[in-house]
Amino acid sequence: MAHRLRNSRRQFLAGSGNVIAAGGLAAMLPSLARGQTKPMTVGFLYTGVRQDYGWNQAHGVAARQIARLDGVKLLEQENVPETAESEKVMESMIRLDGVRVLFPTSFGFWPFIVKTAPKFPEVLFVHAGGLWKDGDPKNTIGYRGYMEEPHYLSGIAAGRMSKTGKIGFIGAKPLYFIFNNCNGFIMGARSVNPKITCQVLITGDWNNPVKEAEAVNSLVDQGVDVIVGNTDSPKVVIETAERRGIYSCGYHTDLSALAPKGFLTGAEWNWGKGADFVRAWQTGGAYPNLLRGGFRRDMVKLSPFGAAVPVSVRAEVMRARQGFADDKLALYRGPLNDNEGNVILKAGESIDNEDNKFKLGVKFLVEGAIGKTGLAR
Amino acid sequence: MRERAEAAAITAGALLAALALFALFLLSNGRDPAAVYAVLWLGGFGAAFSWQATLTQAAPLMLTALCTAIPARAGLLVIGGEGALVAGGVFAVLAGVAAAGMPAALGAVATCVAGAAAGAAWIALAGALKHLRGVNETISTLLLNYMAIAVLNHLVSGPMRDPAVSLKATSWSIPQDTMVGNLPGIGVHWGLAFGVIACLVAFVLLKYTVFGFSIGVLGGNARAAQLVGLPIGRLTLLACALGGGAAGLAGAVEIIAVHGAASSSLAVGFGYGGILVAFLARQNPLAIVFFAVLVGGISASGGLMQRRFDLPDAATQVLQGLIFLCVLASNTLYGRFKCFQDRAVAA
Repeated sequence: MAHRLRNSRRQFLAGSGNVIAAGGLAAMLPSLARGQTKPMTVGFLYTGVRQDYGWNQAHGVAARQIARLDGVKLLEQENVPETAESEKVMESMIRLDGVRVLFPTSFGFWPFIVKTAPKFPEVLFVHAGGLWKDGDPKNTIGYRGYMEEPHYLSGIAAGRMSKTGKIGFIGAKPLYFIFNNCNGFIMGARSVNPKITCQVLITGDWNNPVKEAEAVNSLVDQGVDVIVGNTDSPKVVIETAERRGIYSCGYHTDLSALAPKGFLTGAEWNWGKGADFVRAWQTGGAYPNLLRGGFRRDMVKLSPFGAAVPVSVRAEVMRARQGFADDKLALYRGPLNDNEGNVILKAGESIDNEDNKFKLGVKFLVEGAIGKTGLAR
Repeated sequence: MRERAEAAAITAGALLAALALFALFLLSNGRDPAAVYAVLWLGGFGAAFSWQATLTQAAPLMLTALCTAIPARAGLLVIGGEGALVAGGVFAVLAGVAAAGMPAALGAVATCVAGAAAGAAWIALAGALKHLRGVNETISTLLLNYMAIAVLNHLVSGPMRDPAVSLKATSWSIPQDTMVGNLPGIGVHWGLAFGVIACLVAFVLLKYTVFGFSIGVLGGNARAAQLVGLPIGRLTLLACALGGGAAGLAGAVEIIAVHGAASSSLAVGFGYGGILVAFLARQNPLAIVFFAVLVGGISASGGLMQRRFDLPDAATQVLQGLIFLCVLASNTLYGRFKCFQDRAVAA
């Protein structure tokens, strides 16, 4: 073995030749790499687990989409509490992992983003929610889709498929976007069957599987045969509906696997749109600080149709989808009353689909809804 | 001296055994243990920022560990740190809100005193049950944890709820000027100072005072303590109250230094982590400071391990659980190594 330790002159020359060749190659590398975007590490923070059949999963899907971008490396952390702890997690990702674009995906992270962002101007903070306002740090972005548009489409499918003429909406909180989704669902259903009524229940919690299952059971007992749930994870709603043999529509992400028989379609976020921001940050391009939009801006998606939905209904839904995409179909259009008889819009009037001021102020349920917002108008 | 060397050697051995077991766990999951341990070091102690995260985690652990360590001296196995912390947090909010309008410093003191008093009463309840009714304090403190968390959830989603916070059930917030910031220069909140001081005070109290000696006698042999005329009931209650007070203070610190309001974020396991720290430290308040930092470091590196190795976030809890088991098992080793025994005894 000892002879192997001693290099002959020939070995030395061959070895040094290799080193020189390798050096030359390395010197060429920058020119090879030119034209490609610079590598960038992207970090995702989730409040729960990313297989929750809900909000977090929708972001997990987007994270995988973004990870496919050139030069992007993805790091993820689950179960990050919406407390000062999240600041530490963001800082740790930036300092220890070199993350340059952060996606703290839960609403409750926003105050901590606003606190952390000014300390790290080299990092872009992308928040899922439309909370950005003038004066907030420039290296932060808020984005959010109009989920009422895909709910309208779900509503069309629900209106066509319901045999009893009664559909149900289970919401988590009395908040404007829940009301928008609920209204979209009802208006979609009534656009194809004006006799439809919709039972509206607000559970009061983002995550309360027991209450959600009870709500579904009581709605089914009252004759409701299509249901949609607006909670953190509508898994229990859809599974209970399937067990009771009624139809269901999804929310957040593709939930068709949960109800092979009764799933119709569903409203999905397109958080993958965040790829545009990563690209802009990589190339030094421009980006908006606040972005809201529906199908026209590719901010929302529709789940694949379930087996139960006939071709004619699918075509009808897709026509309406095209209407939103082309900005030819207005979601809120007259004549429209709320469910207490007040006139919202007269015949011929309509609200622009991107009229954020109107949509943020929605505190009513449209005609056909059985239930109360619980808020003063 | 030999006793201390024995404790140090056996505890270190238990830690190494736990690390070896965790390495097997990692291998079975297809991860490289050496790489994981390198990242664990980086996330806990490898950078200035890591130290900040570690010490922030360690601060409440020091206080909740005292909740187990002080009653342990009186022969009681109290595992109610989580409940006392939660009770402390709730009453800290009540005091902080009630003290609105008072000078900020006074408000902060009132908040801490209220939190400590609530925690003290919470564990003293278990002490009273033990002394008056013979209820096992381990079971009662464990159950009191669940009660405290249930009461917290009820209060923050009902009577104490701030309706302006819609995303998560949260209580009213204490006035902003009552909040204490970070210790100057190191980016860690004041809880760390409270923790270290509390541990020092507890050390002096247990080692150099009549009270400390008395509960030592009580813990050694309750019958003997009674025979020499020690007030057993009062000592039991006091030991429980002191421990509970420390954990309640931890809850108050979480309020005035971190959250500003009570919510389910209070009950994140600092109370249970404190039990591990107390056992690692063999109920010695000075050793608690050291082991709280160690356990804090393991917790602080959890996120980094999750990101770098795609390990579930419970992985660090697996490690903590293994450490706890190994330390408990190592208790059977005391007195078995000749080299640590007094020659006089050995001969």
